[in-house]
Amino acid sequence: MFYNYIYLLKTEVFKAMDFPIFHLDFMGNRMLIAIIAIVHVIINHALAVGFIPVVTLLEYRGYRERKINPGAGLKWDELARKMMFVGFVLTTSIGALTGVGIWFSASLVNPDAIGSLIRVFYGAWFSEWIIFVLEIVFIMIYFLKWKKSNESLQTKKRHILFGAGLSVFSYCTMIIIVAILSFMMDPGNWLSDHSFLSGVANPLYIPQLYFRTPLAMMMGGAFALFLTMIFLKKGNEIREKAISFISLWLLIWTPVTAVGALLYRATIPDAMMGNLPTAIATMAFINWYDSLLLIILGAVIVSVLAALWGFLKPKKLPRAALVIPIIVMCILLGSFERVREFIRKPFVIGEYMYANGLRVEDYPLYKKNGVLPYATYVSTPRVTEKNKLEAGENVFMIACSRCHTVTGINSVVRKFRQRTAPGEDLSEEALKNYIPKMHKVWYYMPPFPGNEAELDALTAFILQMDKNPKYIRGAQTQGVKISPTHSREPNVKNTDKKGS
Amino acid sequence: MYYPESIIFFPFSLLSSAVPPIPAPGDIPLPSPLPEGVLVFLLVVSFLLHILFVNLMLGGSILTLWAEIKGTKNPKNKEYDLLAKEIANTITVNKSLAVVIGVAPLLTINTLYTIFFYSANALTGTLWISIVPLVTIAFLLLYFHKYSWEKYKDKKRFHIWINGIAVVFFLFVPFIFLTNINLMLFPEEWGSVKGFFSAMMLANVFPRYLHFLCASLAVTGLFLFWYMKRKRFPFESKFKDFSRTEVLKKWYKLALGASLLQLGLGPLNFFTLPWHAVSWGLAIIFIVGIVFALLAMFLLWRELKGPEEKLGKWFYPVAIALTITVLFMGTGRHVYRAAALKPHKERIQQKTEDRRQKTALLIKSFCGCFTGSGDKERS
Repeated sequence: MFYNYIYLLKTEVFKAMDFPIFHLDFMGNRMLIAIIAIVHVIINHALAVGFIPVVTLLEYRGYRERKINPGAGLKWDELARKMMFVGFVLTTSIGALTGVGIWFSASLVNPDAIGSLIRVFYGAWFSEWIIFVLEIVFIMIYFLKWKKSNESLQTKKRHILFGAGLSVFSYCTMIIIVAILSFMMDPGNWLSDHSFLSGVANPLYIPQLYFRTPLAMMMGGAFALFLTMIFLKKGNEIREKAISFISLWLLIWTPVTAVGALLYRATIPDAMMGNLPTAIATMAFINWYDSLLLIILGAVIVSVLAALWGFLKPKKLPRAALVIPIIVMCILLGSFERVREFIRKPFVIGEYMYANGLRVEDYPLYKKNGVLPYATYVSTPRVTEKNKLEAGENVFMIACSRCHTVTGINSVVRKFRQRTAPGEDLSEEALKNYIPKMHKVWYYMPPFPGNEAELDALTAFILQMDKNPKYIRGAQTQGVKISPTHSREPNVKNTDKKGS
Repeated sequence: MYYPESIIFFPFSLLSSAVPPIPAPGDIPLPSPLPEGVLVFLLVVSFLLHILFVNLMLGGSILTLWAEIKGTKNPKNKEYDLLAKEIANTITVNKSLAVVIGVAPLLTINTLYTIFFYSANALTGTLWISIVPLVTIAFLLLYFHKYSWEKYKDKKRFHIWINGIAVVFFLFVPFIFLTNINLMLFPEEWGSVKGFFSAMMLANVFPRYLHFLCASLAVTGLFLFWYMKRKRFPFESKFKDFSRTEVLKKWYKLALGASLLQLGLGPLNFFTLPWHAVSWGLAIIFIVGIVFALLAMFLLWRELKGPEEKLGKWFYPVAIALTITVLFMGTGRHVYRAAALKPHKERIQQKTEDRRQKTALLIKSFCGCFTGSGDKERS
């Protein structure tokens, strides 16, 4: 406790649970963000950042070819235009909406985290927005003016320069967003001075940006290769040349990606080790860390083989060989997105806020008084013998529900069964012993924030759910109950009963 | 739901019996990145810009639907199909700008009204997040519709349906936004709301929706007038039966008709606002806005009655007058929002300050305990 108070000395004001709790008890809240974010990242990397430079290069190739062989030049140009059509439709629909969707889902799942991040990164996100608007405007101009740009070589040249500018803008969005992503993993000096610059200059920024840049280029190339096979039938005079050309792009970026992945992997232990409290956790990390090396090697080898095949023997390259690099790169990207998750946990903002939305520095208060007295939207401001189950459900919603469900994916009941009593019934004693220590065994778990009475209540709730599972509904369907200690009567001003 | 005004228009309000208490949360303990005034300015300006393109997206897709249906009903009206295609071309750009420009007000409202906005989001969460798939599907349908015009020229019914479904989605999505933004203003309702549909029934959502819908048609009418009036728009080479003046007059009539309808819907919107945050200042802001709208309507009417060759002479004064109207309406909206949230904001600030003092006391008591002189504070 003494240590905890020392920790508290760092804070000026404690934070309570001030938002209604949205909850999806089947798919889980994490899954909601994960689905939207992964779709967005794939579209961003494969169809914007890495794809537009390839399309622009293809258009440039057509422009050069047109001077010698106008027919072939126009075919190159038409290939690039068709590719851009796919990029245009997908980025301005699924890409744009999943981008907004990340905001929506984050505000639902962890309003404390996104609300805090926005106060640090408002400037960065606003700048990104300006670049984002320009990017979309440029994408529209680039695609919608394409046919008109074929009127003369001069207009074509201008159009290509426009494509180059668009490539730069797409990349700028990545430069900014990676700063925020890596900040969430390891805020570095921001923890002490809370300044914007310290937030941006976090330790994982450069390695992550260096890894994502060539990977996006490879993903864009792989997608372009795939589309080439669809748009150009066998016998088309530029088919083989186009396959060789894009394969060369892949070959150039593969070693850069490999170096980036290894560099990023090398920076992981520094960021990670501080979070590993036990030998078991360290072992689990090392196993997982080793498997990452295999994934990098596998992805690089497969991509190089497919690209070499396409470069040397474009005629014989089968369509299936083009799908594989895309899948492999998605696996590689997915693995590193998992890295982000691994490094970030148990925090949602490194060392500052746990994944449950509670701040590290407020834990001593919660440990002493419990979390319920600090929650605005709970039916039970404190645990009593009578309300134990209801209070247990409220504790679950505050402390566990951001990552766990009761009946669905990543069920808290199933997890406890696996961890405390494999093959046996859950017991009160085992749960009470396990919950306060679980963060020491599983490094990605935040410590249990509540006090003894709340531990009792949570245990009773988990045991009840083990026997009679029920679907837990969030504020979006069942509304909220307002804690009497955090409310005032309607129509009467300034009659707060107690306050926190 | 204790505002008598809401009962006038929404008998649903009577269904609620017990009045729940009002929540009194605190704020996130990090400073605002910019002064409040700057954020308010950014919010109002960026939101108006966003809503302009949303209006054009919605109005454009409705008019495309109307023109395409009209084009198939009667062989004489075949050029309506062409007209529909021209309108559809504008949606591609407008809808993309609507989404991207929307990020700025979203970011700013998140910052300025964190507690209010996120709480309303959570309370309407299922429908709130469904905006993402609904709008994505609508956008993909619009692309499909636009780029399959030739392919399905003999399957018109199917082709019309593609856009029809997108229009249904577009008509529903503003309901979600309005419900959310309306709920945010009234923390006193948070305890009684049970999901999106009960929040939708709160006062002012439906009148505001109709007001928005009508504005979409007025703005799109004016936009299409400008779009087709341009010298660069090769009207005569695209249309054989329609004359440019005839079509331009249609857009002017639409803008005028929808604006006239606003004269009824605007006051309905105003009088269904819960009165506790309504002030004379707010009424004056709206009245000034209406005066400029009346001026614009008068000019539109004169243009329609005037000689055809001078059609469009007063377009820019009309556009400027309506822009001023929109600025006043947007400002009025903000004045109302600020007034509705003022007591709650003060409460939140007070609560955050209480917490600050309690934390200081806690630290002081700890320090006192450490030096042996803090027993009094601790007790």
